[in-house]
Amino acid sequence: MSASSRFIDGMSRRHFMSHVAGAAALAAPATAFTNSILANAADLKKRHKSAILLWMGGGPSTMDIWDLKPGAATGGPFKPISTSADGIQICEHMPLVAQQMHHMSLVRSMSTREADHMRGRYYMHTGYVPNPNVEHPSYGAVIAHELADQVPDLEIPPFVSVGSGSVGPGFLGMSWSPFVVDSNGNVRNLDMGIDPTRLSQRLEMLSAIEEKFIGEKRGASSDDHAKVLSKTVKLMTSDQMESFKVMKEPKDVQDRYGNTGFGRGCLMARRLVEQGVPFVEVDLGGWDNHADIFKTLSDNKLPELDKAMAALVSDLAERGLLDDTAIIWMGEFSRTPNINGNGGRDHWARSWSVAVGGAGFKRGVVVGETSSDGKEVVTEPYSAQDLMASVLKSLDISLETTFTAKNGRPMKIANAGKVIKELFA
Amino acid sequence: MARHVHSGRCSTKSAFLGVHLLIVVCLAAGAPLAAAAREKDEHFGLPEVKFINEQVAAGWSDAKLKPSEPASDQEWCRRVHLDIIGRVPTVRELNDYVADSSPVKRADLVGRLLGDDYVDEYARNWADVWTTVLVGRSLENDNVNRSGMRQWLRRSFSKNVPYDRFVSDLVTATGVNKSGEKGFNGATNFLSGKLEDNGIQATAKTAQVFLGLQVQCTQCHNHPFNKGKQNQFWEFNAFFRQVRALRKFEGTRDVQAIELVDEDWAGEGGNASQAELYYELRNGQMKVAYPVFIDGTTVDSTGYLPAKMDDGTEYGVNRRQALAQLIVDSPLMPKAAVNRIWSHFFGYGFTRPIDDLGEHNAPSHPELLDGLGERFRGQSFDTKELIRWITLSHAYSLSSRIGKGNATDDPAVGEKPKFSHFYLRQMRPEELYQSLLTATEADQAEEKGEKAARKKDEWLSQFIIAFGTDEGDEATTFNGSIPQVLMMFNGDLVKTATGTGKGGFLDRIAASDMTNAQRIDSLYAAALARKPTRKEIKLANQMMVARKGDAISALQDIWWAVLNSNEFIINH
Repeated sequence: MSASSRFIDGMSRRHFMSHVAGAAALAAPATAFTNSILANAADLKKRHKSAILLWMGGGPSTMDIWDLKPGAATGGPFKPISTSADGIQICEHMPLVAQQMHHMSLVRSMSTREADHMRGRYYMHTGYVPNPNVEHPSYGAVIAHELADQVPDLEIPPFVSVGSGSVGPGFLGMSWSPFVVDSNGNVRNLDMGIDPTRLSQRLEMLSAIEEKFIGEKRGASSDDHAKVLSKTVKLMTSDQMESFKVMKEPKDVQDRYGNTGFGRGCLMARRLVEQGVPFVEVDLGGWDNHADIFKTLSDNKLPELDKAMAALVSDLAERGLLDDTAIIWMGEFSRTPNINGNGGRDHWARSWSVAVGGAGFKRGVVVGETSSDGKEVVTEPYSAQDLMASVLKSLDISLETTFTAKNGRPMKIANAGKVIKELFA
Repeated sequence: MARHVHSGRCSTKSAFLGVHLLIVVCLAAGAPLAAAAREKDEHFGLPEVKFINEQVAAGWSDAKLKPSEPASDQEWCRRVHLDIIGRVPTVRELNDYVADSSPVKRADLVGRLLGDDYVDEYARNWADVWTTVLVGRSLENDNVNRSGMRQWLRRSFSKNVPYDRFVSDLVTATGVNKSGEKGFNGATNFLSGKLEDNGIQATAKTAQVFLGLQVQCTQCHNHPFNKGKQNQFWEFNAFFRQVRALRKFEGTRDVQAIELVDEDWAGEGGNASQAELYYELRNGQMKVAYPVFIDGTTVDSTGYLPAKMDDGTEYGVNRRQALAQLIVDSPLMPKAAVNRIWSHFFGYGFTRPIDDLGEHNAPSHPELLDGLGERFRGQSFDTKELIRWITLSHAYSLSSRIGKGNATDDPAVGEKPKFSHFYLRQMRPEELYQSLLTATEADQAEEKGEKAARKKDEWLSQFIIAFGTDEGDEATTFNGSIPQVLMMFNGDLVKTATGTGKGGFLDRIAASDMTNAQRIDSLYAAALARKPTRKEIKLANQMMVARKGDAISALQDIWWAVLNSNEFIINH
């Protein structure tokens, strides 16, 4: 069933909002909401920038995907194949992505130090190592925060995470936290099932309690609660929730992305970007291959990745969205060049690869190089903050931006990482 | 469910009863002694409470902070119910407490909540807390039987098993992890899912939970910024090499139960009298490790379990039992426990994260942490006593309202906590669930024990995101974000709580002979433990008008608003 029809039936949204507007704590979104109804349809098609992060949870072995070492003792059994980009070779189990490599670039000289899942996950998402006293904002929060102004008519959250929790908004505050959905696009508990007049009366009552509690100055979490409430009301009444309905795509399109969680997630990412959502993260887990890695990769992980990623890149390119949409493929780290006794690879952060493409990135290039056994980066090494700075640059977000953490300390965007120059023309 | 009967019965220790009597005597003796009595009252005659108060106050004066005013009776009553038994007070419990004029009524209430009347609720709450600590919230781990874990925890907390035995039972557990099976021992669930890959997770989690040491990074290399060394990880790991997890399958795939057994271990070198393991340095060099505790204490490196030779000579070591003894004797053990329990009541511990007591991570109140740890040991690790000291402290009695004199005391912005006001925090999902049952009086009809717990697990699972790593890392969307608000707006749990069905909570209020004003009062008392303001009464009356005298529908609207408020879900 449509996300909003049941709710809106029998009453216009403006009528509904005229009720809600009476409730001060919820008034701001109400106004924005009303404005959005009045907005010119042509404006909705205005260009906006977005980013899609393909998050490979668990730490994929990039030596077996993007930076093969055939013949090396550490190399594993996979063979490299040529791609649509001159001089770039990738794994034989990624034939579809190989045809899209002219849209993508590789950084083969990532070198980081966090080889614990949670620490690596935090570091790669924020550009900062975990610090017990400050929570840093992740890619999604930063990009949504910087780009939300480009899409004033967006009624759904600007930071969507499909299938995983991503990393939170840190000091940017709860209103920039990821909206987590499953890959089928089902959003739980969306249907209120009561008449809008009654809902708005309830909200007015609720608003009075919220304001009283906020007025008692007990701490920031009481305000955060009210902010998230108004975002929720906005979302519950929005037609834009349709963009989550990935099952509404034609069957052949769904098939092209693959009938997998990650495939549906990538297709949803395309729909959300079309709607104007500045940041979407799609999760593909299962890369923590301490045992039996090669069979897992060739039979399972790589085919799923290959199909969905290739469909996403080519779809964005065909629809003219790629020039405004950055794609980032990465995990929290990679895996040891040495193959362990269980036929697996363990955690390894010292030398590994990420893939980027779209937006302002130069396409079809390889940055950096690792040694013949894959154990060292032999060119200039790049960090999480360098990668983050580069992604922000590709979206025309100023690297001069400085945030103020809750304790008043200034925090440079992307932890003052330096742009990876070879990724830009 | 145990209902509070206001009998004045005090189930605390005799020393405590003494104070109670002393104060009565002082009051009887007249005015000159009243001041002295009040002074005593501040720590209820408990030296541990006095110690906490002095230490925390010293921190205030160092930082030039003026603590907030005391919380109201209603606020304090709500807070202490939530924190000790995991739910808001009933209207009756609230009214009884507010009406009580005893100068030691706080001590009386804590005594009751820790006493026999509430033993089931106490055990349920702490079993929930510890299930999350020991095995997480995810339901997807085949190697853990949550019911088994919880049953064991409930039993431990209802008997108030001393904390040292609690730790030791978990670390050394043998037996089957599923209840109803022969040889059932629910404690095995702590380790049953952590023994793969030579017990790496067992090593990391045991050090983290019981000693406050983060060793997971040192599995592969020396720690970059603390003193942890790779050899220490593997020497700690060596304690787990005699234990084996035997899987019993149902059909071909599904693990039906797991039995933990200790067996002689020959070591990776094949010599059981010198049972060793090997680990690899970053440069590929192999090193050897034997069981050595973090403080350098060595244990006989034999892999044989204790036994007797024909001539009666004893030999062998049970490595897990040796480890449990070393943990219990370690000064880190009570500190880690105190830090965890303190943070349960204050929202912040003395370190962040609470399970990192490494030297690189200086605590906010080192003397208080050490001193409470020693006193916890001195009290034979009686967890209920520790809870009593914490909840009767001055800091715990303060309002959450921030004044000019303590606006800088805000750990949410990264400052070290000074505990000069109560810090807001959202209820844990388990607390919300239980509070909704209590507030709607649905708890009396609810299934009890494990059946109720499984229902709660199922509801909770909508908020759990498992990252699918070997470490079992997970996160929750029950964090104040949109999915949580949608659940509160439209979810089944709240739908049920705000239902108008015959005989339900709202129906009973609507059918009672109360006036509308009294009805509204009782909704506010049940959820927010306070009276409605004039403005709120006005809005509520408008709601009555809008529903055209359909009282139950109006009550439903008000109730929905109250339950969805920040004030309800935030422990303040």
